[in-house]
Amino acid sequence: MQQRTPEITIIGGGLVGLSVALGLLLAGQRVRVLDGADNDARASQGNFGLIWGQGKGWDFAPYANWTMDALAAWPAFAQQLQELSGIDVALDQSGGYEFFTDPSEFDAFEAELTQQATHLGHRARYEMLNGDDLRCQMPGIGPDVVGASFSPCDGHVNPLRFLRALRCSVQAMGGRVTMGATVATIRPQPGGGFALALADGDVVNTEQVVLCAGLGSASLAGDLGFITQVKPQLGELLITEKLGDRLPFLSSTIRQVDEGGVQIGGTKADAGLDDRESLRVMAKLAQHAVTVFPALADVRVVRAWGALRVMSPDGYPVYAKSTAHPGAFLVTCHSGVTLAPLHASVLADWILNTSPIPDLEAFDECRFALSHAA
Amino acid sequence: MNVASRFRTLPETGESVQFTLDGVPATAPAGVTVAAALVAHTGAWTRQTAQGAPRTAYCMMGVCFDCLVEVDGTPNTQACMTLLGDGMTVRRQTGLRNLNGGHDG
Ligand code: FES
Repeated sequence: MQQRTPEITIIGGGLVGLSVALGLLLAGQRVRVLDGADNDARASQGNFGLIWGQGKGWDFAPYANWTMDALAAWPAFAQQLQELSGIDVALDQSGGYEFFTDPSEFDAFEAELTQQATHLGHRARYEMLNGDDLRCQMPGIGPDVVGASFSPCDGHVNPLRFLRALRCSVQAMGGRVTMGATVATIRPQPGGGFALALADGDVVNTEQVVLCAGLGSASLAGDLGFITQVKPQLGELLITEKLGDRLPFLSSTIRQVDEGGVQIGGTKADAGLDDRESLRVMAKLAQHAVTVFPALADVRVVRAWGALRVMSPDGYPVYAKSTAHPGAFLVTCHSGVTLAPLHASVLADWILNTSPIPDLEAFDECRFALSHAA
Repeated sequence: MNVASRFRTLPETGESVQFTLDGVPATAPAGVTVAAALVAHTGAWTRQTAQGAPRTAYCMMGVCFDCLVEVDGTPNTQACMTLLGDGMTVRRQTGLRNLNGGHDG
């Protein structure tokens, strides 16, 4: 019988799972992706598409640097996706703003950016602008904006096209993506390898498994001996009718899609698995957008939705190898868009153990061991 | 070009209202929607998509958004959901709307 390269199975066909799959395929592995049900909580289908570094990891240097690595890798990654899939993800990385209407929040954020800069060293690039300077530079910003931070490294993509580009790239590289394949339980096998029991009764056997199922990881992590507990965090979003004009800025809460619509978001709430939007929050988002840029006042909102972020206990990514069951990996993070270029490249080296770089020790789940035991 | 419309309004009630389409005066029976007035007027396109494809009212019930026009300065108004008022200023919607209610043309 012909010796075949062992197959790696990725559980989860969202941005994280597909990125990891792509990285492994590019490293020459055979990869199968099992994607869940249509009505699963799919952060990849509801997100904002930001490629964002401002403030990230201000109190955790490894995350600040990992994020900065990802920002730097995006232009080449977008190009690679275009070549593999023929899809333009509409990367626009010409910098982004964080707007403030509360002076104390503005000061607090400046302190975080200062702290973040100490981790990033010469790679730190940001500026703080007070309201009047901002309005001089960018006519149209509302009078109640007291200031903004700006980072030239930040940007955004069209998130749905990005998801499609990833899926097409994985398929173009020979990866198998099976939709509607919900994994119910994972049974580590005595001689190594794993039996994945699907909800429809099928069983998939695999030598190695990478759990990238977002909120779906919550019920499967324990089967592999992982202790990380991910939690949902509700974000609500609006999108307006398409505009012929381009907004003069990108911010973490207001972004104009390449097709013209303005997406408004950024709320955070603990609502369990309830991802419904609410009129109260929709009104708050609209008010925020009009405060920042009053010309949006008569622009119609055409859709609103809620989506669930995938949050680890401390909000940072988790990259963990199971000690109890060698060959099992857990990859979970909130920033599946921003970090994608790394998930699709150097993370494969970490999974395959082919290089001491990257050192992802800091993102191991052992950091939760104490709080978990407590 | 002013093509003769294939659409007819309901039998005249006698009352009529005046409006302008792209600045040109026009008349329609009282009580009809802007969309009904427009398709009866010429039957020609009343909006162009962002890619320049010509469109006009289709579903007449608020679903397809192909009837978007500018009404009294408000862009992207669904003509089929708007009753025609006397003296209304209606403009065909070409391409995407702009900020400040602005509109090319
Ligand atoms: S004609 Fe379809 S929405 Fe107006």
